[in-house]
Parts: sequence; C-alpha cells; structure tokens
Amino acid sequence: MRLYKAKNTLSERHVQANRQADAKVPDDLWRTCPKCQRTLFAAQMDEYATCPGCGYGFRISAKQRLSWLVDSAIPMDTDLQTKDPLNFPGYAAKLAKAQEKTGLNDSVWTGHAQIDNVEFNLGIMDPTFIMGSLGTITGEKITRLFEDATKRRWPVVLFTASGGARMQEGIMSLMQMAKVSAAIAQHDAAGLMYIVVLTDPTTGGVTASFAMEGDIILSEPRALVGFAGRRVIEQTMHTEIPADLQDAENVLKHGFIDHIVARQDEKSTLAWLIKYGGKQND
Amino acid sequence: MTKENAYAIVQAARSAGKVTGLEIINQLFDNFFELHGDRNGTDDPAIIGGLATYHGRPVTVITTDRGTTVGQRIAKHFGSPAPGGYRKALRLIEEAAKFHRPVIALVNTAGAYPGQSAEEQGQGAAIAQNLLKISQAQTPIITLIYGEGGSGGALALACGDEVWMLEKSTYSVLSPEGFASILWKDSSRAPEAATVMKMTPQALLEQGIIEGIVEEPTDHDQTIQNIDLVLEKRLAELVQLSSEELLKRRHARYEKF
Repeated sequence: MRLYKAKNTLSERHVQANRQADAKVPDDLWRTCPKCQRTLFAAQMDEYATCPGCGYGFRISAKQRLSWLVDSAIPMDTDLQTKDPLNFPGYAAKLAKAQEKTGLNDSVWTGHAQIDNVEFNLGIMDPTFIMGSLGTITGEKITRLFEDATKRRWPVVLFTASGGARMQEGIMSLMQMAKVSAAIAQHDAAGLMYIVVLTDPTTGGVTASFAMEGDIILSEPRALVGFAGRRVIEQTMHTEIPADLQDAENVLKHGFIDHIVARQDEKSTLAWLIKYGGKQND
Repeated sequence: MTKENAYAIVQAARSAGKVTGLEIINQLFDNFFELHGDRNGTDDPAIIGGLATYHGRPVTVITTDRGTTVGQRIAKHFGSPAPGGYRKALRLIEEAAKFHRPVIALVNTAGAYPGQSAEEQGQGAAIAQNLLKISQAQTPIITLIYGEGGSGGALALACGDEVWMLEKSTYSVLSPEGFASILWKDSSRAPEAATVMKMTPQALLEQGIIEGIVEEPTDHDQTIQNIDLVLEKRLAELVQLSSEELLKRRHARYEKF
C-alpha cells in the first residue's frame, strides 16, 4: 500500500532531518557531570571546572590547578628522569606522550609556592598523566618535597589524584608508598604541618599511604576516595556496593576526612590553615 | 546547701533553655573551621571540634552537642558521645598539642552513650585513652562545663589543666537518679541524692575539683561574656608556662585527689 511505502511518517522524517547533525555539532560542546549527570555547556565552565549542580570538581591537569591556586610558584626536580625498570612493552611511548601532554616529567608537580605571603612546599598530582599513577619519580619528587620542607621548616600541601600504583613499574612503585611515608614521618617529627587535599580520584596505593597521613585532610566535593576499585570489590566479593560508598562525603562520615572544601575556596582556606593551624610560638 | 536548691541546679543544668556549645563557639570564636572524624571509622556528631581563633590566637575548640531537631538529637544520642566521639576529641587534642595550640573543651553531657554499639566499639577503652594521652598533651587545656558533667563521659574532656563551671551546672560520678536507685533502691529520692553527692559548682569548688564558677544570668549573651572574661584571662596565663611546667602543674592537679 502506497501509504506505508512512502518515507514520510514522522519518525522517518525526523531521522532524515538529523542525518547531518553530528557533523554540525562541534566536539566537546557539552560535558556531563559524572556524579549528578547534569549536562553542562562546556564554554560556560570557568577555570575551576566544577559542576554548578553538585560542586564536583572535574579532573584537571596540575598546570591548570596551579594557574589559580597560588600567587607564585617555583617548580622543583624537573630534571629527574622516569625509568622503565621492567622494560615494559609500550611504556616508554606512553610516558613520552604523557610528558608531552602535561609538560611534567612524571605524574606530580612539586615546588615552592606562596599564597598571601605564606610560603610552603606544594605538590599537585596530575590525573591526566597516566591517571596520576604512582611511579618511581612521582614518589621521589614527593619524598624530596618533604625532605626539603623539613630542612626549611615549611609546611607541605599535597593535592592527591591517582589511580594507584603504576603497574608498569611493578614493585618499585609499591616501594614509593613506604619511601614517601618515611619522609612524612620525619616532617611530622619536626612538628611541621602537612595538609592533604583529596581530589577525584584518590585510590589504591596513594590512599593507602600519603593521602591518609596528613595533619589535616581536606577533600573536594564528591571526589572518589577509596582503596580498592569498584570492579575489584564487586568481582572479588560478588556483591554490589552502594553508588556513594567511595564519595568523599561518605568517607567523611566514616571519620577519615576533616572537611570538604569547594575548589573555589581552596586558596583562601589553605592560606588560613597554614597561617593559623601550624606551629605557634616559633 | 539545702536539698531543694541542689536539685534545682540539677534541673536547671538539664533545662532546654541552656546556652549551647555552638552558641559559645559562634559568639566567642572567629573563623571556626570544623574538623570531622576520628580517622578510625566514625564521625560522631555528638562531638563537634575544629580550629578557630580566639582573641586572635589560634585554638582548637571542642564541644559536646545535643542537637536541635529530633533527627539531630537521635543521631547525637541526645549529647552522649559514642566511643568515636572521644577518639575524635583525642585526635584533635593531639593535633593541637603538635602545634602548641591551646584547647578549649565545652562539656554538657548526661554521660557517655551507653548502647550496645558503644560497648562493642570500646566506650571504656576510648575514655581510658583520653585520660592517658591528655595527661601528657603538651598544650594548655581548659574545660568549661556548661550543663551536665556526666561521669566518665565528661571527665574524658575535663582532664586537662583547669575546669570551670557555669553556675547552674553539675558534675558527678553518676546521675542523682542512678545514685538513689543504686544506694537506696529508689530513684525518686534523687533530690536528696543531689545534695549528698556534692555535685553543684559551689560544692565542687570547695572540694577542689574545679578552678572556679562562671556567673550565669538567664541572658545567654551576658553568660557568654562572663565565659569570655574567664577564658581569656586563664588562657593568657597558661600559655606563658613551658611544656614542662604545664605538665608538672597538671599532674599535681590530679595527684592531690
């Protein structure tokens, strides 16, 4: 019957009308908040890259964070060379690509920083560098950051973001957890302040070491904070876990986070905490 | 003191119109920045603590809190801290000591929470650790009891350098009802017990249990001003002491009992 052969039903015309649509919409026009599913017009997102709905902070590079976090900064240990202890196939190329993309030698930026004339040592892990995984040079840079701060009697602020240990560096990655912790213990014994800011995601070996060793542990809203990944838990235990189990808000309720701070307030909060929270009568 | 007015103080200490710890914090302290959690699995809402400045001086301030809504009161066990609450307070005091930051503790609790979960999580052990560690914490610690000072649950936050009380507050080993029911098998004899127990500020001052009493008119603002006068003066004196002198003085304070 003619009526049914003609391609003029509403749905068919709709599909035809939209056939070119993909090509006409620019890439990266929209972003979706992974936490509250709100769709955001990417061009409206400011340098803080947060969701106006739930306050979630999108993953940003260390350089981007540095651009609004401090008044001035001088990087440290930019000359350290990442090793390939397992000669892992493809690792060298992956590293080179991450280095080129981020301008960092490994997954953390470290250096001296200043906010409101308060000086401190600052580390920022970069989730865009192989998911902020903990490589040997990542660990070495953080260790040196603490050792330098102990000598100068300066506080340390460390932003964590990590998928955990760097699998491509095997056991050497695991050892970084112990190495960094030992440097933090010396900094602590010298009576100096260490502030952690947990950002999305902070997991695995980083959570099981320096992310949980701060005098004060802050977190960004709705950051994923946990030890084992969701897939590992569910496939090992054969049970589903609650959607918000590893949300910072839930981790706070269980006693491991001091305070949740919006990204926009981090600069002023850190300045205040360093000024008033640290050692008195020095 | 007659038994009527000892029990009148007990009732006044429990009254819903009492000044609250949060009121004191909001009015006397600037930039209060709450620090949550015991770093051990819980964040007891019955204890609120954090960093603040007091007359420009950084301090750690901790208070018990009974909550205002029904939901809050249930979550806070009506102001009776769980073991995690005492662990949170201890970790904040130890952090304060690391940075030589004085501690001000505000206490109004009927006692430590006595439920099954509290037993399982070690209520006794948590209080014990506070007494042990606070005796060595190298920073001035002043406590104000602003309502009920219920037994070990209050002592765990009142074992520092000085303890002050509002006029209409109590501090005792047990509630007068509990005391009467244990000793006389009759909790209705609580008013009589209140007198025998010497749990009013004046009676406690005479026994050397507390350093002093803060006048408490019905007007909260005036009460808070009175608290301010005492706290500022006592703190200014305590921060002058070296850590050694402070701990020696603190040990002597408890040795005499």
